[in-house]
Amino acid sequence: MSLVETGLDAAKRATGGALIGYLPLGFPTLDESVEAAITLAKNGVDVLELGLPYSDPVMDGLVIQQATSIALENGFRISDAFDALAQITAEVETPALVMTYWNPVLAFGVDSFAQKLKEAGGAGLITPDLIPDEAQLWFDASEHYDLDRVFLAAPSSSEERLKRAIESSRGFVYAVSTMGITGTRKDVDTAAVSLVTKLRELEAEHVGVGLGISSAEQVGEVLSYADGAIVGSALVQALASGGVEALAQTALDLATGKPATA
Amino acid sequence: MALRDELGPYFGEFGGRFVPESLIAALDELAAAYELTKQDPTFAQELTHLHATYTGRPSIITEVPRFAEHAGGARIILKREDLNHTGSHKINNVLGQALLAKRLGKKRLIAETGAGQHGVATATAAALFGMECVVYMGQVDTERQALNVARMRLLGATVIPVTNGSRTLKDAINEALRDWVTNVDTTHYLLGTVAGPHPFPVMVRDFHKIIGEEARAQVLSLTGRLPDAVAACVGGGSNAIGIFHAFLDDASVGLYGFEAAGRGIDTPEHAATLTLGRPGVLHGARSYMLQDEDGQTMESHSISAGLDYPGVGPEHSWLKDLGRATYRPVTDVAAMDALRLLSRTEGIIPAIETAHGLAGALELGKELGSDAIILVNLSGRGDKDMQTAAEYFGILDGAPN
Repeated sequence: MSLVETGLDAAKRATGGALIGYLPLGFPTLDESVEAAITLAKNGVDVLELGLPYSDPVMDGLVIQQATSIALENGFRISDAFDALAQITAEVETPALVMTYWNPVLAFGVDSFAQKLKEAGGAGLITPDLIPDEAQLWFDASEHYDLDRVFLAAPSSSEERLKRAIESSRGFVYAVSTMGITGTRKDVDTAAVSLVTKLRELEAEHVGVGLGISSAEQVGEVLSYADGAIVGSALVQALASGGVEALAQTALDLATGKPATA
Repeated sequence: MALRDELGPYFGEFGGRFVPESLIAALDELAAAYELTKQDPTFAQELTHLHATYTGRPSIITEVPRFAEHAGGARIILKREDLNHTGSHKINNVLGQALLAKRLGKKRLIAETGAGQHGVATATAAALFGMECVVYMGQVDTERQALNVARMRLLGATVIPVTNGSRTLKDAINEALRDWVTNVDTTHYLLGTVAGPHPFPVMVRDFHKIIGEEARAQVLSLTGRLPDAVAACVGGGSNAIGIFHAFLDDASVGLYGFEAAGRGIDTPEHAATLTLGRPGVLHGARSYMLQDEDGQTMESHSISAGLDYPGVGPEHSWLKDLGRATYRPVTDVAAMDALRLLSRTEGIIPAIETAHGLAGALELGKELGSDAIILVNLSGRGDKDMQTAAEYFGILDGAPN
């Protein structure tokens, strides 16, 4: 059973769509990142996306790069992620995905990583630099441990590749709203609508849209056509500048964009 | 199948494409366009013409007997890629990819650079073809290779110092990849080494294999036989694969890559990826890399900016595991000694990168004996390194000698 699909469906019924919130584990410290994730879950975030700090985050803009660098400088270890995740999932029932570049998983051992993730109550993985073509080990492990797999779909993806992303994903397909990296943007690219439309035509059941979403208006706009709106840099910025209080406020503000609470 | 015929995307268990989905369409487009050019005689003619009238190909070979006296008396022959326009082998690949980018209708070239040689070559091609050019270079490298930064800017390129991470080549590649993800419609990422996602490792290799093809014929014609050993320095591995490739299926020819041991492989400050690394994924391909237990990339160190990289091209990882090529570490000190030795015995100042291959050849000569013939890829000239060398040897006026 997909924890994330269940979470998205529940959010759809309750509020017309899901707010998916990203924060890196280990930032500003491991304990504070646990508190921050719990804060998101208690303030309108329906699915958690917890980032694993990595030395070479090529899909991330400056805000997230800086946060994950701080986590690494503070001595973040991959094993810490499972402890943090276990604390978070013990406290809140919100499905928690881990967002990770592929090499830390490979280095840990794909099967062991999946096992630890499952034990810690994790829902699955979002893998920004792993395409389905290279993911056989992850297919095997995620099947064995009943975990969700979120692959990316891009405005540049061919129909064949979109089909492959849909078939390969469980939980949702991560539609990249724009050709670019993470970071806040004034407008959500119109490419997002046409990408989600294509994914729907190809019978994608659950689609989340991410990159550049940072306001309640954008959340509302995205949720008019997608199942989830993914917010990252705006939350990281709030946590970095104002701690968990500011984070809670930002999450609540973003959640007001959900259709049924407007 | 001959080793020479390996077409990717995998070299054994190495290679592949570990990049965001956003880049896959561009990589597919590039791979398809590259395949087409192989069947298109006009592309080959155009590139050959450019090499003959612009690069200065074929590059000559030079036998260096006074240098070889320090190598147990073996014959040492240098393939003079330092005499190419822009001063290194890098131009071979750059002109090939720039022609391809032109055919794809791209108006903007981006590149990463370590020592600056690849950045200079890319800026040169952009000037030649009237394209916009942005070069990402780690801030540490912009300082130690300031002369090359000036060259690139004079050629009309924008040089962006990269201030995150270790501020060297690895981080310059990250930044170039971020740019490419964002601007892939208009932009070709002119990757400068045989690393990265498919098709880069095979394509860059193919544009450099002319080095080995020429050298193989030149050595045969000079000596009447194949060399016993072929030596080159290895950072990402482009000049090494370029000279190795023509010899891959010549079983009698030993292939030796020399990577940077920095301050020593018993210290944390080295770039000996194939000697001390483990397979992992970095910059889009699975290959040997320097990583900690958690899979975080480790910082490398080398006196040479061009070898200061914690990864290596997947074909080298494959050749290592097959046992077809041997990779050894060379310290900063050994490389600088070889740089000075070649300068004083032969009047040729090599790049510090290249000097690692020369230091390796000195070692090989002593092992193989006086009957041996060793071919070394003299991949680049040392002008860019004068600041580093002058400080290292204390040879500026007013400096203690």
